[in-house]
Amino acid sequence: MNKSRFTLEGARPLTRDIWELTLTGDTSAITAPGQFVNVEVPGKFLRRPISVCDWDGERLTLLVKEAGEGTWELVRLPAGTELDVLSGLGNGFDLTEAAEGAVLVGGGIGAAPLYGLAKRMSTQGRRPAVILGFRSREDAFYLERFYGLESEPRVFIVTEDGNLGAKGFVTDLLRAFPETSYVLACGPTTMLRAVHALPQVTGGQFSFEARMACGFGACVGCSIPTANGLRRVCKDGPVFRKEEILWT
Amino acid sequence: MDLSVNLAGVRLKNPIIPASGTFGYGREFAELYNLDLLGAFSWKGTTAEPRDGNPQPRVAETAGGMLNAVGLQNPGIDAVVAREVPNIARIFHGPVIANVGGFSLEEYAENCRKLEACRQVEILEVNISCPNVHAGGKNFGCDPASAAAVTRAVRAATRKPVFMKLTPNVTDITEIARACAAEGADGLCLINTLLGMRIDLRTRRPVLANRTGGLSGPAVFPVALRMIWDVYEAVKLPIIGCGGVDSAETAAEMMLAGASAVEVGAANLRDPYACKTIIEHLPGVCERLGVTQISELTGGAHHG
Repeated sequence: MNKSRFTLEGARPLTRDIWELTLTGDTSAITAPGQFVNVEVPGKFLRRPISVCDWDGERLTLLVKEAGEGTWELVRLPAGTELDVLSGLGNGFDLTEAAEGAVLVGGGIGAAPLYGLAKRMSTQGRRPAVILGFRSREDAFYLERFYGLESEPRVFIVTEDGNLGAKGFVTDLLRAFPETSYVLACGPTTMLRAVHALPQVTGGQFSFEARMACGFGACVGCSIPTANGLRRVCKDGPVFRKEEILWT
Repeated sequence: MDLSVNLAGVRLKNPIIPASGTFGYGREFAELYNLDLLGAFSWKGTTAEPRDGNPQPRVAETAGGMLNAVGLQNPGIDAVVAREVPNIARIFHGPVIANVGGFSLEEYAENCRKLEACRQVEILEVNISCPNVHAGGKNFGCDPASAAAVTRAVRAATRKPVFMKLTPNVTDITEIARACAAEGADGLCLINTLLGMRIDLRTRRPVLANRTGGLSGPAVFPVALRMIWDVYEAVKLPIIGCGGVDSAETAAEMMLAGASAVEVGAANLRDPYACKTIIEHLPGVCERLGVTQISELTGGAHHG
């Protein structure tokens, strides 16, 4: 973990409630896709945990969904604002464990860390398959970024109303590829749960969300029961292996 | 500048103590800075049995602070003695304050007994005030007779200094303080969190699964200060002040109200380096206040 100042270079809306924030600063603590940062929002007591979408030596890209007052204010901060950021939090996805043929499954804002994941797989010469689910066409984002990755990943889109890609849920698409047995998933709990429950999915890594205070394991505010006992989403996760996960 | 303070015979190199429940058993913070710069630290409230705590969500934001309803999640006293105490000896070399929870007089006493042989545990901080667990509907700290009974039970179970940690969720905290003093408490720690709640406008339901949680952070600082002032006037026991401290200035202010040492809680969760920064700024604040020993500040606002 690193605590340092980042400069907000700019923010642009991607959909009606999702924004892309570009920041510059010391990214050295970020070591894996699926990790998150905890961002201080001026005037708010608690930081806001945001998953890392992408990063390089000094640039950090965050996709932020307006979920309440804090995130509403965060995405509207003027360019040039300095933000205090705890970076390199959480475990992230472990690519060495992801079997060949692993499929990335994202729902809504859950697609954000999957972009960084797909990019790193792409850099390693792997050609990932990506399934992205959104409510509707106007909620979809970053598709051109996924399509534009070097390895030209196979990207499959599904929307609940069917006005972009297939109609239905990510689980419908997964069922259409019954040979898929390992997933790297991030999205709403209902989606994670449905993917987790598919008989064909015998292994995988699932990234969880939780209300957090500290983000680095101190307050145990975000503990969840797992097969290995209580685990903190912020420090032991946010990515958990299929066999660890208990639904309560 | 002499930053050292004395808590019932235990010398702390400075008055800053990370508060129970915001510092775990030190592991997470030992990765960030050398814990030996701390005056002491108060570990996570520990009960006889392991506890999972309350369901999610159990934290919420509010103006100037936060609510938590963790519900005393902890691995249980035996696991703490077996695994955390030896680890603490590696990462920290000062006095440890053991925060002890309980659901019965026997449990409090037994937990204290199990810590008797842990030499690094120099102070027992007896939590009779956690708002997030329910023993027969009320916690012991809400009633002078119950507070006295717990004090008596732990007093008989240990030779270590006993500090009773008081709840602010009472009509008159001084009568609880007097009850503890009368049963031989060596000191008091105040305040624990204030009971509060938030409602999510979208779901129209309480944000916390436990419905209520404890309010902490700068919002509670004036409440803590007032109660420390009142208790300082009511009893002649050293006070560990706790509640909303987030700077060397607010720490000094709390000492002027009557605190001999100061716990820093929610600030650690917002800024993991909060205690380190406060300690670094203490000499400058003392200089500005014209004292050469920080202990001179204790109760300073009551005189003249």
